[in-house]
Amino acid sequence: MHIVVCVKQVPDTTEVKVNPETGTLIREGVPSVINPFDQFAIEEGLRLRDKVGGEVTVISMGPPQAKAVIQLGLALGADRGILLTDRAFAGADTLSTAYTLAKAIQKLGKVDLVLCGMQAVDGDTAQVGPGLASTLKIPQITYAETVDVTEGKVRARRTIEDYNEVVETRLPALCTMTTPSNFVPTDPPFSKIQKAKKKPYEEWTANTIGADPEKLGLKGSPTWVKKVYAAQTKEKAIIIKGSADETVAKLVEILKKEHFL
Amino acid sequence: MKDSCTGCGKCEKTCPFGAIKVENKKAVVQDNCNLCGGCVQVCPFDSLELERKVEKKDFTNYTGLWVFTEVKEDGTVRNATLELLSKGKELATELGQDLCAVLLGSNVGELAGVLARYGAKRVYIVDQPELKEYNTDAYSTIIIGLITKHKPNIVIIPATPLGRDLAPRIASTLEVGLTADCTGLSIKDGLLLQTRPAFGGNIMADIMSPNTRPQMATVRPNVMKMAEPVEGARCEVVREKVSIERGLLRVKVVERTRTSMPGEKNIDEADMIVSGGRGACDEGNLRLIEELAKVMGAAVGCSRAVVDLGIKPKSHQVGQSGKTVSPKLYLVAGVSGAIQHLVGMKSSDVIIAINKDPDATIFQVAKYGVIGDLYELLPKLTEAIKRERGL
Repeated sequence: MHIVVCVKQVPDTTEVKVNPETGTLIREGVPSVINPFDQFAIEEGLRLRDKVGGEVTVISMGPPQAKAVIQLGLALGADRGILLTDRAFAGADTLSTAYTLAKAIQKLGKVDLVLCGMQAVDGDTAQVGPGLASTLKIPQITYAETVDVTEGKVRARRTIEDYNEVVETRLPALCTMTTPSNFVPTDPPFSKIQKAKKKPYEEWTANTIGADPEKLGLKGSPTWVKKVYAAQTKEKAIIIKGSADETVAKLVEILKKEHFL
Repeated sequence: MKDSCTGCGKCEKTCPFGAIKVENKKAVVQDNCNLCGGCVQVCPFDSLELERKVEKKDFTNYTGLWVFTEVKEDGTVRNATLELLSKGKELATELGQDLCAVLLGSNVGELAGVLARYGAKRVYIVDQPELKEYNTDAYSTIIIGLITKHKPNIVIIPATPLGRDLAPRIASTLEVGLTADCTGLSIKDGLLLQTRPAFGGNIMADIMSPNTRPQMATVRPNVMKMAEPVEGARCEVVREKVSIERGLLRVKVVERTRTSMPGEKNIDEADMIVSGGRGACDEGNLRLIEELAKVMGAAVGCSRAVVDLGIKPKSHQVGQSGKTVSPKLYLVAGVSGAIQHLVGMKSSDVIIAINKDPDATIFQVAKYGVIGDLYELLPKLTEAIKRERGL
């Protein structure tokens, strides 16, 4: 079975802060990391490969330094890594990203299962996975927590709002993965990182995947970002302290004032 | 990059991707530039430019603003749809176009009346037994068909798990722009201006799709204000019949179990949520939080840590890998305020946070911060509210 896992390198959003005086992002020293949902998708893909046999290809679109997330995938145990990197890809919105990934996956030949993280933590759109499935004309299962494959079908467990579901579809298919509560990302040991450097790694451009230049990057992106600005920072909290009884009395007063009581 | 650049460095500081470096008093855009345009805004000298052209396509035959109707399990319309109709009415009026609703399901015809009361002038209904439950392929295919036939100018969909599964499938097939999880919508120069948070809510972006129709967006629930329904309002009903091949229903739900107790308040649409983190887990339960929630008539929320400990099912989890909520009141105790939790609740109207640590991050998003011991405060607060309510 051939499993393709799509991953993205993101700034560690937990480290990104806004300078309250200038309203700009403080990104000094903010490391780039793999999108956490994507790491889970890789590990789930590997688990599945080890169970049913086959190979796992990790693929990412990004600037040259996104090689790091492919290398991580290889160190975790993936068989092959491909970085889609080309100036022509820059500025891609979710439609264009889905198109670019779809062209690359089609070039890979027979693919049975595509796994993506549910969303990337920098943009939080959750649109590339379903967009990619749509472009590849294959069914999708979103928010999967585990996937299993038997007899040409993929079966996923997921929690959607107030329901636990088991959902099934025929292969080839695409699943977007969300991390189950007990997931701890693996930190590959040095020896595996070294070994990963010898695994097949390729960089593909727009030419390699035979993409229509009109559909790539900024040109192929129907959504235009008109303005980016710091989110309004909230006013400072009104701090309440004192004895427990005083505090509770104040809280009741506040709840009344705000019309909750 | 133009010659007027003085190397002031404003763009360098602004760039969310670290893709601009000032070298020899000139800003140089590096290869990892994402063309997001953030720098163009801040440049005091108009030195930076992003070349994009509005194509002169004729979109005059695309008219009307459509709202997707999400029908709940109990056969009623989800509040998120009513919120979008309420906002959509304003936008449609400003554009001088019709507000329409799209309604798919089985035996859902009666809901047209509800949609009319919230402003829909026309409702497109596809009412067939196969559509009783949501199915990605069936729903997306039918809506793509309706859009192609009736050519709406704008289509907005609630950013619920269902809406976020459906919308990108439609937009990708039609090759049109789609903005995810918007928190603001307005009309600018006749186009839909879509505002959304990114980078964990640290930055906001205004987005437009000038060259494709329909303009599509998903909108976060509980953000738009629901208008008062207009009693006696009527709408035109357009019934469409489609044939759904069995082969089209590719994804099947084979098992489904409820995670919450019947009668338990759901955090998605709750006005008030009382929420607890690891710090509020007393002897393996969230009793103090639950008791307060009960007397307040609020839903119970929790942080991921509480789900990890197996104390609450995931349906109660607020945050990045849980649910995004924005109730009128979010009262939270024992949560220090990891960004993943804040993302899920910071747009709540009034946030009251209780924490022992005066430096807890949760106080940064709170309107009221209580520094104190929740084990002492919560039982007293519960008692005080009981007295207020005469319970």
